[in-house]
Amino acid sequence: MLRRAIENLGSRTIDGVWRIGFAARFFVAVLLHSGTAFRRFGLTIREMYFSGVLSLIIILVSGLFVGMVLGLQGYETLQTYGSEEALGILVALSLVRELGPVVAALLFASRAGSAITAEIGLMKATEQLTAMEMMAVNPIARVIAPRFWAGVISMPFLAALFSAMGIFGGYLVGVQLIGVDEGAFWSQMQSAVDFEEDILNGIIKSVVFGVAITAIALFEGYDAPPTAEGVSGATTRTVVTSSLAVLALDFVLTAFMFRGV
Amino acid sequence: MTASNNDRFDSVQDDALVEIRDVVFGYGARPVLQGINLTARRGQVVAIMGSSGCGKTTLLRLIGGQVRATQGTVRVAGESLGELDAEGLYRLRRRMGMLFQFGALFTDITVFDNVAYPLREHTDLAEETIRDLVLMKLNAVGLTGAADLMPSALSGGMARRVALARAIALDPMLVMYDEPFAGLDPISLGVTGNLIRRLTDTLGLTSLVVTHDVQESLKIVDYVYFVSAGVIVAEGTAAEILASDLPYVHQFVHGEADGPVPFHYQAPAYAEDLGLRSSRA
Ligand SMILES: Nc1ncnc2c1ncn2[C@@H]1O[C@H](COP(=O)(O)OP(=O)(O)O)[C@@H](O)[C@H]1O
Ligand SMILES: [Mg+2]
Repeated sequence: MLRRAIENLGSRTIDGVWRIGFAARFFVAVLLHSGTAFRRFGLTIREMYFSGVLSLIIILVSGLFVGMVLGLQGYETLQTYGSEEALGILVALSLVRELGPVVAALLFASRAGSAITAEIGLMKATEQLTAMEMMAVNPIARVIAPRFWAGVISMPFLAALFSAMGIFGGYLVGVQLIGVDEGAFWSQMQSAVDFEEDILNGIIKSVVFGVAITAIALFEGYDAPPTAEGVSGATTRTVVTSSLAVLALDFVLTAFMFRGV
Repeated sequence: MTASNNDRFDSVQDDALVEIRDVVFGYGARPVLQGINLTARRGQVVAIMGSSGCGKTTLLRLIGGQVRATQGTVRVAGESLGELDAEGLYRLRRRMGMLFQFGALFTDITVFDNVAYPLREHTDLAEETIRDLVLMKLNAVGLTGAADLMPSALSGGMARRVALARAIALDPMLVMYDEPFAGLDPISLGVTGNLIRRLTDTLGLTSLVVTHDVQESLKIVDYVYFVSAGVIVAEGTAAEILASDLPYVHQFVHGEADGPVPFHYQAPAYAEDLGLRSSRA
């Protein structure tokens, strides 16, 4: 009984380590075979359409609502200190530094990440990837790498659009609905938001999230057992793993970026 | 008629396109192939027969270089697959076509684009030339009318014919078919069989057909290998196979349930499965 438990633990550990190694090799292979994704940039643009453009609706709508909620909540709190004009700063900084990159990444993981895993997993299960290899076409270069770079490129744009929509939502609620002074809202925002400190760091975050999400999604699809259960399990794992990865990375990045402020 | 007529191979070394010598292979610890010898000569249609799970697909994977033999050599067009690097392997694969059991068409592009795929990937031909070539290949499998359909709109037999058009798009020297007859109605069965024979003859290909459809394939093949338990148990021309009275061949050709092929999948001793272990406490 005990022996079996130990054996089980051992084999799980070995499997886990083996999988991490496989994932690392996969990631290196994607980077090494990225030439095609840039030489034939059309391939990457096509994938940017599928993962980026098709995520737009959910990103824009969510951004708007998050911004509107920020406007309401922020006003409530700031009002008690009599500093409603600072609403613009609060909305903009929360979005650009945190909510934009993080929430957009979480949405991207569930909208595009899961779709990537399912697609790659199905291509594998139906032997399309093997067929490609037998045609002397490298699936890592032709299928995986363009999707990877498409995700990495799309993510900062999606985060920026999320933040922009959010600021607009905060403006709608704060200025148009509640009546915060419009000039103060914008001018305070302009003077308080720093390009390097806030915007650039937000962009760096979203690029890192883009790398993590697409790499996880592609690996899960590529590694999925070639069955229906295998692909559905991998899709779920993509959403769970990449969401957790985004939150963990966000903490680490924030700790490095904003510790002195 | 049995596995050991090596003199026959030696005399025709030169026109052997595929040569498999003493190949041993297993997935993990479980052996699948245990010393296979097989030759396919240029212009021939060679069938590989055997019961499900005996390693026929694995044999094709070895020839396509997807897996490597643990022992023995696999040669295609004189090149030893075990010694090729990735680039050499890809170079060789451009001259091979493989027809997968379920077609393995790319589901996100049309039939036309599927057939055009290898041409677009490997040649710099103008789009007009590609169009002509694709329609020619589709015509060869009788499916020009399906060019604009998506693969999901095709029946199983049609999908396999499209996959065949794709496999011959680059005019390969060798085409491998994995169970081209499985799940086809009797008419499609005959059509597919004739197609394989006709393409082999008109395009000067060599065809390796994995199948367990004895009746259909014996009509079109030049030579047959029977695989069982990881070795070639019988081989010969179609006529020789039909006339054979080897128990294995007889069982296979006449579809008898009982015979030398065991009914049970290789398994640990039943007693061990029940937990009555003797070797381990
Ligand atoms: N990728 C694989 N990993 C492990 N075992 C495999 C794999 N592919 C096939 N096998 C096993 O190898 C044996 C031969 O498989 P295969 O070549 O597909 O048989 P066939 O095509 O003759 O039906 C089967 O018992 C199968 O279970
Ligand atoms: Mg098979």
